[in-house]
Amino acid sequence: MFEDYLNLAVKAIFIENMALTFFLGMCSFLAVSKKVETAVGLGLAVIFVLTVTVPANNLIQTHLLNEGALAWISPEFAGVDLTFLNLLCFIGTIAAMVQLVEMTTDRFFPALHATLGIFLPLIAVNCAILGGSLFMVERDYDFGESVVFGLGNGIGWFLAVVALASIRERLRYSNVPHGLRGLGMTFVITGLMAFGFMAFGGIQL
Amino acid sequence: MAVKKSEAALDPLFNNNPIALQVLGICSALAVTTKMETSVVMCAAVIAVLTLSNLTISLLRHQIPNSIRIIVQLTVIASLVIVTDQILKAYVFEISKQLSVFVGLIITNCIIMGRAEAFAMQNPPSLAILDGIGNGIGYSAILMVTAFLRELFGSGKLYGYSVLPTVSEGGWYLPNGLMLLSPAAFFIIGGLIWALRVYKPAQVEMDG
Repeated sequence: MFEDYLNLAVKAIFIENMALTFFLGMCSFLAVSKKVETAVGLGLAVIFVLTVTVPANNLIQTHLLNEGALAWISPEFAGVDLTFLNLLCFIGTIAAMVQLVEMTTDRFFPALHATLGIFLPLIAVNCAILGGSLFMVERDYDFGESVVFGLGNGIGWFLAVVALASIRERLRYSNVPHGLRGLGMTFVITGLMAFGFMAFGGIQL
Repeated sequence: MAVKKSEAALDPLFNNNPIALQVLGICSALAVTTKMETSVVMCAAVIAVLTLSNLTISLLRHQIPNSIRIIVQLTVIASLVIVTDQILKAYVFEISKQLSVFVGLIITNCIIMGRAEAFAMQNPPSLAILDGIGNGIGYSAILMVTAFLRELFGSGKLYGYSVLPTVSEGGWYLPNGLMLLSPAAFFIIGGLIWALRVYKPAQVEMDG
């Protein structure tokens, strides 16, 4: 039992890293990795949002959307299949959570709120978040597994974005060709990091 | 904020490209560019959704309370994407089967959300439509070039037709498998940004 959860967590953090093997959540990944501090802030927000939304969406999927899931209201609803609504429901849950995080940071951490700027609302459309919920459905995780999966994915994304931010901070002292500075070089580095993470692909759990 | 109509439509092509400068919409740019056919359908879908969502949100901009704007924007976008998905399934079923995951990904394509938040919330509908079309085309331009390079060098084909006959089919070209892996898309887009910034030196970030 515990071992299963541990396997799932290791898989979510390293082997199937959201950012570097599935390339989800790239937009904010590239844009917010200029400074380690901002990267840590956004990474924590992503961990939090993923850990809450994946289990929440798991409950919605199993108790409201799956075929026959509505049987608890009355037997007439046993044949209703609402799975086609899952995109809309998931994005609703995610958007509500993100709005909550935005209001909380605005109220208690105004400096962080100012640095994250437009990228906080954009967490709502961070593919890593929606992707987490969609993978959860595709792989039929139960509630406990989806908590571990959400948390693991969040941690994996956090590690990747902090690693990239650290590399970019060091990059300031290197002599990058003029036109490649900034975004161009970041793309190349991310490509190289992705190669590195491919090495985890061979691990069998 | 006064923006000229021509600027709204043309700026996103080179001066303010959504992928190369605003860093938006990169996830799907990496996912669909192994083949040109899927990229074309994807670009068309993105342009349609982006234009319509910009229009809708711009029309609603005075009615949307600021504190729940994200949910409203996402609902508009998600509904448009579901409609697009159904249309693709009805008329181009084969391609829609190949694209299945990627059409859902349009919802999480940050270009659409980003433009809604940054432009459509502040500007009248006519400008918002032009901005949507312009950004959609700017996105498509990068996508098509990347798909062209990846399909040509990765499998020796263009739009599904053999251009460079591969060794496995009796030709001379040994396909570069690296091109079909995702890191290649990073290198190509990085190179494109480099080229664009050599052409427009003002876009270079001095601090990065």
